Amino acid sequence: MRLRRLSILPLALVALAMGLAAPASRAQEKTSLTVYTGLEADQLKAYKAAFEAANPSVEIRWVRDSNGVIIARLLAEKAAPKADVVMGVTATSLMLMDQEGMLEPYAPAGLAQVKPALRDSRPQPTWVGMDVLSSALCVSKVEREKLGLALPTRWTDLTDPAWKGRITMPNPASSGTGFLMVSAWLQMMGEEKGWAFMDALDRNIASYSHSGSKPCKQAATGEFAIGLSFEYRASKLIEQGAPLELVLPAEGLGWDMEAVGIVKGTPKLAAARTLLDWAVTPEANALYAQNFAIVARPEVQPKVPHIPADLESRLVKQDFAWAAANRDRILAEWSRRYDAKSEAK
Amino acid sequence: MPQALYRPRLAGLTRATISLLAITPSLLFLLLALALPLAALLSQALHDRAGHFVGLANLRDYLANPSLLAALGNSLILSLVSAGITVTLAFLYAYGLTRTRMPGRGLFALIAQLPLLAPSLLPGIALIYLFGNQGILKGALGGHSIYGPIGIVLGEVFWTFPHALLILTAALSLADARLYEAARALKAGPWRRFATITLPSVRPGLISAFVAVFAMVITDFGVPKVIGGQMPLLSTDIYRQVIGQQNFQRGAVVALLLLLPALLAFLIDRAMAARPGAALGGKAVALVAERNRAVDTVFLIFCAAVAGCLLLIPVTALFASLVRLWPYDLTLDLWHYQFDMADSSGWEAYGNSVKLAAFTALCGTLVIFPGAWLVVKGRAAAAMRQGIHALALLPLAVPGLVLGLGYVFFLADPDNPLRMLQGTLALLVICTIAHYYSVPHLSAMTALRRLDPELEEAGRALKVSPAVTLRRVTLPLTLPVVLDMASYLFLSALTTVSAVVFLYDPDTSLAALAVLAMDDAGDTAPAAAMAMLIFATGAVARIGWALATAGLRRRTARWQTRKDG
Repeated sequence: MRLRRLSILPLALVALAMGLAAPASRAQEKTSLTVYTGLEADQLKAYKAAFEAANPSVEIRWVRDSNGVIIARLLAEKAAPKADVVMGVTATSLMLMDQEGMLEPYAPAGLAQVKPALRDSRPQPTWVGMDVLSSALCVSKVEREKLGLALPTRWTDLTDPAWKGRITMPNPASSGTGFLMVSAWLQMMGEEKGWAFMDALDRNIASYSHSGSKPCKQAATGEFAIGLSFEYRASKLIEQGAPLELVLPAEGLGWDMEAVGIVKGTPKLAAARTLLDWAVTPEANALYAQNFAIVARPEVQPKVPHIPADLESRLVKQDFAWAAANRDRILAEWSRRYDAKSEAK
Repeated sequence: MPQALYRPRLAGLTRATISLLAITPSLLFLLLALALPLAALLSQALHDRAGHFVGLANLRDYLANPSLLAALGNSLILSLVSAGITVTLAFLYAYGLTRTRMPGRGLFALIAQLPLLAPSLLPGIALIYLFGNQGILKGALGGHSIYGPIGIVLGEVFWTFPHALLILTAALSLADARLYEAARALKAGPWRRFATITLPSVRPGLISAFVAVFAMVITDFGVPKVIGGQMPLLSTDIYRQVIGQQNFQRGAVVALLLLLPALLAFLIDRAMAARPGAALGGKAVALVAERNRAVDTVFLIFCAAVAGCLLLIPVTALFASLVRLWPYDLTLDLWHYQFDMADSSGWEAYGNSVKLAAFTALCGTLVIFPGAWLVVKGRAAAAMRQGIHALALLPLAVPGLVLGLGYVFFLADPDNPLRMLQGTLALLVICTIAHYYSVPHLSAMTALRRLDPELEEAGRALKVSPAVTLRRVTLPLTLPVVLDMASYLFLSALTTVSAVVFLYDPDTSLAALAVLAMDDAGDTAPAAAMAMLIFATGAVARIGWALATAGLRRRTARWQTRKDG
């Protein structure tokens, strides 16, 4: 008995070894820029394509996760950073990194044209804003009508026991959207009232999600009636035909900027700078404007469906430096109050 | 032994050297890919973030936190409940397959294999569509939420069912008809016969199945991640500590806690396996199930119901992946299969998964089979062979999450020359082989032990080298088992999430990890689509492999019968 087929084994082995080695030996003439990002997956493609078209010698390699996870990862890698640029995370997070001395100062070409409120005003700026991310409620029209409840218009409406178990919200430890809400409630209502509000809200929350857009997506499918989320996801889902009502609570909206900065110690500083230069161009801003109603450059006029034109006036006054300095304390307190909550009842 | 007298001493030495050389790669693989990463993990758990030795202080800190203690309690209770339900169902199902004459036994056995094709995230996703707030069968839960213990237990029962069934079918197939005849002659009724013959004979199988399911559930994080709601569990906690908060020390401590119950389960199982008496004597007469209309009908109904539930999960996930927007827009199309809009790695991740599965199957078989051959047939370096066997069984007790975390610590050491493997597909292949090492090792050993040692003696008498005996005789005889090893490794690599979740980088993301990421982002339908793609790939690969190797299997089978006859 001879197994003829076994004689092809060495050939197969060689082929496999080549296959294993292939990814490593892929020719890399372009500078590959590792960009840590909290941007939504459906935005990444357009941003990458536009940047690479404008800068053919540089290639973006995204590492995407929720805002909090990206920041935790950057902090963990502080001694030996793997990222070259961090893009599309909240300005609060970048300020936190800056306090740790982890950002490389750089003033991109065209910085002066960026709205002063959306950039680091120091002479040696370490970050620059891209657009404004603001909180919003996604309410399932179908489920709300089935329940016969009125459309909530204020944050405090969410503590009505009628909504018990029907609300989801992003976990502020992992989601930038979640953190900007918590931070805004604390600043808007004061710490004591803010935590009291969150205690009451917590009684109605079915689950805290990892991502900022999951609550809105769950409202879109009616899985949970209300999702605390952000306006981009709401507008996108309504466009796709989801039966959602977008609510911007009357007390005011928590918000943050999506921003970009260079990681200190990157060996690819020149390429990193080209990405920051591109990030403040009108072309880049035009792309942001397809997703967000307020962008960094004043001359770019966003037109996002379902978002009212007066969005800017609905934003609460927010102190990002305070939020960055107190982030650890706020998250520890949040975790102490709500992490232990078990749904097993 | 007489041959030893006229065997030249030099040849004996050379043979010893050869086996030593041959044994080193297997031992080296197990040391590097398994022992050292685990040692790195243990050491990490005993140090603080700055790297100072703190002993058990990390553990004390962890245990001082009541919510984390709750996680330990929840994990234990849910694993016990899931194991109890799975083993009961699988026992009755296996009884139907082996001890009755109900029709459709082959089909039922086939359907029971389906959960092997899916990552554990799939049942979680399907359960949302079945019993979630918009679920098709929501009413069946009587107002209870699927998010939490109910969902976790249902998902785990589905996912672990085939594993328990495999063990119990094997246990029930071993039966001595003479015992039943004797009992009948003594006028023992069917219940008495069941209680005094059947149950005692399958007790080791029952315990083994229970322990296996318990260990799988307590270490799985796929099901609870998707459908666990806010329920704290050890397995999801380790994920949250490491991925969410990048607190690796804390993760290492939870990993230790996770290792304990799995290790305990493993030791119980080994102790059971070592107990004599389970095997059949040489004079045993195989039991042939008798036709009994009432019993056959009852088991037919039961097995059909279980098989229906098992089928419901993938069918629901398939439906979920095709519907545009459940439950409002029921247009059926392939929209959710365009992963670009949901997950940045999408189809590329799928390609990586197929590559990982193929490499793991091939390289894994090439590493594991020689190791097992040396343990069984080797004659030199007994201590090293013992070492291989002990290490080869270790992965049974080591959860994937723990192993993966061990790799992180092992490769974080700047002096480690293997550092360059970080984030590569090669690393994922190595880790996956180590993670799934035990089962193929054990099945190869069983197959090799079944071969008569006279074959080797004959080879020696004919003065051919052991390599020739291996190639000409041993390998062809064990070929079906070798082919099954490859198939097992392929499916395991395709569906795994636990160990690799800490090790991939954006260029080497995997399909099952994309399912996890998409579900995390709320893209449940695309997650279902990707999970179904894995399911379909597993099914096609399995059928294709069976067809492609049918010729080989037939030829070896023919050869064997000719030899015997």
